[in-house]
Amino acid sequence: MRTFDYVRPATLPEALSALAASPEARALGGGMSLVPALKLRLAAPSALVDLRGIPELRGIRITDDAIVIGATTTHADVAAHPAILDRLPALAALAGGIGDPQVRNCGTIGGVVANNDPSADYPAALLALGASIETSRGSHAADDFFTGMFETALAPGEIVTAIRFPIPKQAAYEKFKSPASRYALVGVFVAVTAGGVRVAVTGAASCVFRAEMIESALGERLAPESLEGLRFSTDGLNADMHADAPFRAHLIGVLARRAVSKLLATGKVN
Amino acid sequence: MQIRFQLNGKPVTVDVPPHELLSELLRDRLGLTGTHVGCDTSQCGACVVHVDGRSVKSCTTLAAALEGATVTSIEGLADGAALHPMQQAFHEKHGLQCGFCTPGMIMSSVEFAKNNPDPTPEAVRHWLEGNFCRCTGYQNIVSSVQAGAAAMHAQRKGA
Repeated sequence: MRTFDYVRPATLPEALSALAASPEARALGGGMSLVPALKLRLAAPSALVDLRGIPELRGIRITDDAIVIGATTTHADVAAHPAILDRLPALAALAGGIGDPQVRNCGTIGGVVANNDPSADYPAALLALGASIETSRGSHAADDFFTGMFETALAPGEIVTAIRFPIPKQAAYEKFKSPASRYALVGVFVAVTAGGVRVAVTGAASCVFRAEMIESALGERLAPESLEGLRFSTDGLNADMHADAPFRAHLIGVLARRAVSKLLATGKVN
Repeated sequence: MQIRFQLNGKPVTVDVPPHELLSELLRDRLGLTGTHVGCDTSQCGACVVHVDGRSVKSCTTLAAALEGATVTSIEGLADGAALHPMQQAFHEKHGLQCGFCTPGMIMSSVEFAKNNPDPTPEAVRHWLEGNFCRCTGYQNIVSSVQAGAAAMHAQRKGA
């Protein structure tokens, strides 16, 4: 690993100036993606700005219609939070299924969102639930945030501070994971929101995306049967050592049906 | 840069380069070689230690981030010559073959057992998703964790 400067600011303004001091500085959350990348020399920042020393970036707030999760809140904390288990259990279950226990003890929601790994679980939840990404400069709608493979709408030096999830009527997430990496080969998040049914797919392509064909079919009738016979195009889908594009296309339909069945079985209607 | 933290109940002050990993600090400079490095790619779990009571992969933790933290490695579990109940359970149930994965298995299991006094085999297997045994001796490891969890809570009640 190449060396770097390490700073652990106690306030957001200090973190912003540390990041602004060098174009090669990187923000550090739980380090579950960044530290392995440093070891492989896929990343060689001049400085790491550890955001975990900033108290206001951590923690979970519940309002009447939303759950707001601070950027450095760990997956383990989201998975075990009583109010999230009660109001948005699909999100708690998603967080509890990321990686393994040690990854969940360290990994942070802000880190996942800023990294935008094409196989990460959280981006599917953000996109399907119509979440907003709150940052040091303002707010981004999830629909406009995930722009490509490891690419987001974040400007250089912009820091994710929190994720705001509107509480849906119903939601469920299903994934088919790689047994080795435990990343999603494909993951499908289905949400019944105030604005209608929203479905987001992760793992299948270079970036999380909304599946309009599934959304309109479920909009007519919210049942797994509505998706029978749908065929998904393999255009743009990933093909790698884990799965080819036709298998991933097939998984989208299977997982969407499973998610709808789960959503209907839990009967959680807010 | 200088950091101060608690290691196995004792205060430690040490100079670390910013890129030093906790696994490197423990093994190479503090002589605590009970923490094993299996894959060094965050997958195998042999290097698991506790930071502030939670299990983490020391091969993916920057030592520089530990200022003020409380760290427990496998060497910190036993009480003098008396093994920790989870260590004793691995010993009695033969929860190891070559032993390489054992420190990580035990550190991971101790966190799990704190909240799970009577776990099912399925719950143990799910929790140990991040700990690989390349001897594939999982059957006895699961039995060990169940016995260790029971012993930890029996000891707590008796205390």
